[in-house]
Amino acid sequence: MALKIIASQCTGCSACEPECPNVAISEKGGTFVINPKKCTECEGQFDSPQCIAVCPVDGCIKPA
Amino acid sequence: MSQATAFVNIGDLRKGRQVLSETIDTPEAGGGCGTTGGAGKASCGSSGGPDDMPPEIWEKVKNHPCYSEEAHHHYARMHVAVAPACNIQCNYCNRKYDCSNESRPGVVSQKLTPDQAVKKVLTVASEIPQMTVLGIAGPGDSLANPKKTFDTMRMLHEQAPDIKLCLSTNGLALPDQVDEICRYNIDHVTITINMVDPVVGAKIYPWIFWNHRRVTGVEASRILHERQMLGLEMLTARGVLTKINSVLIPGINDEHLIEVNREVKKRGAFLHNIMPLISEAEHGTHFGLTGQRGPTAQELKAVQDACAGGANLMRHCRQCRADAVGLLGEDRSEEFTLDKIEEMEIVYDLDKRRAYQEKVEHERQAQVEAKRDALAAAAHVDGVDPDMKVLVAVATEGHGKVNQHFGHATEFQIFEVSKREALFVGHRRVDLYCQGGYGEDEQLPSIVHAINDCHAVLVSKIGACPRDELKAAGIEPVEEYAHEFIEKAALSWFGGYRERIARGELVHEVRGDARIRQGAYTGTVEAAA
Repeated sequence: MALKIIASQCTGCSACEPECPNVAISEKGGTFVINPKKCTECEGQFDSPQCIAVCPVDGCIKPA
Repeated sequence: MSQATAFVNIGDLRKGRQVLSETIDTPEAGGGCGTTGGAGKASCGSSGGPDDMPPEIWEKVKNHPCYSEEAHHHYARMHVAVAPACNIQCNYCNRKYDCSNESRPGVVSQKLTPDQAVKKVLTVASEIPQMTVLGIAGPGDSLANPKKTFDTMRMLHEQAPDIKLCLSTNGLALPDQVDEICRYNIDHVTITINMVDPVVGAKIYPWIFWNHRRVTGVEASRILHERQMLGLEMLTARGVLTKINSVLIPGINDEHLIEVNREVKKRGAFLHNIMPLISEAEHGTHFGLTGQRGPTAQELKAVQDACAGGANLMRHCRQCRADAVGLLGEDRSEEFTLDKIEEMEIVYDLDKRRAYQEKVEHERQAQVEAKRDALAAAAHVDGVDPDMKVLVAVATEGHGKVNQHFGHATEFQIFEVSKREALFVGHRRVDLYCQGGYGEDEQLPSIVHAINDCHAVLVSKIGACPRDELKAAGIEPVEEYAHEFIEKAALSWFGGYRERIARGELVHEVRGDARIRQGAYTGTVEAAA
């Protein structure tokens, strides 16, 4: 269970990075990536995945 | 004194009537930063020192191009794009978009780390001694990126103590950051406030990210509104100067902005900057894609004039890029890209900067004196309607003078001239008419549209072709006042205009409305040189 950032949609704005409760997000070549080993989709932590809630591009982050 | 009478009756706004010269009750000259000030509010317009402003506030604004209309002719600012993340979504914003030929808020070519940003600021400051102001203005929200923003501010506070620090924010995170803002002596904060009624806000903001949740609808705007008002009050209590930016969105918040003006004034806002919506479809914003139009020049002016009794209005905003460098209206960011600053030597010479700025103060003093003389000369009685007012477009490269060739202008400054004053009321972007020595005939009509509400255009020089076309459109091209101070030139031209009317040589006619150009084309500096 993990989420994935679609690189072609990512603006590199970095809004998601500090919101991730699992420190699963990092920058790679100007856009951001989610480490699937660390991602929990925020289950049990928040109402909804934090990265999706803060991302300015709808549809940029999806289930991997 | 009746303070706030608009050119266009505010209720007529959406009917699109052309009403330029219905008579107006003018507020007294000299209030506010380059515009009419209400209720004894501060004036930023005179360099001899303020008559109605405490000295400590004058110190803060006198060489700040955004806070003082007069200073913006002489002093430069730069923005560094260290804060790309945002915590809200606005319908006029699409942060995917970047184009180096496009100039508008939120657009940036290179994002910088705090270290890179500090190096860039020091480099620019040593190259451009009149660079007095550093702002963090996005793309994104400076306070949604507190670490990057305040790391940059802390280093600059230590390494370049004479540079004024500013930031702009949507206000959502502002109340939490007021202590940090004060710690680094950030004494100018811009808050974008487009509404004080969450029902209006819901049409502008689809969502905010708040307490780990995406909040939508009226609830989102209610939270945003409360945070904005709280943040503004906290800054006022700490003595931080605030500028409120509002985007004028016809049919959504046009009349509502009068109420916004009243509310922010009540909470101590120093300046209110009402800007036209930019909504070209190709920018991909919600408003752009749904066909929401921006205001015309007279619609914008009508709302600004209607607010004249409230918080002081800023009318010289250029809606510049988030990484702009230079005087307002010019952008030298191309000269200071990351690879270029790597090769430049940094000599941060405080004395050299001070010497330059003293020279500028002398120039400003001369400008003020020229204006005073011209006003005295304009006061004589000539039998022409004493309340007559006209708009005049001016081509200038800075220093407060009429010193630009018509063909080199990428914008015109607009002055409202009467017997009593020459008042800066705004600027109009245009496409460059002259490219490499050739006049581009197809661009002339767009220039005429942009200054169609003006009776004259003051330039240092103009070619025969555009001269004839402007005349045909009823706009008088004037070269006579080349290299004179703008206010003096405008008042002198107006004196002559009145004399010609008095002698029966011409009949005063009302001009129409003008079009606001959407986003400036900035790839023009080299082409013009």
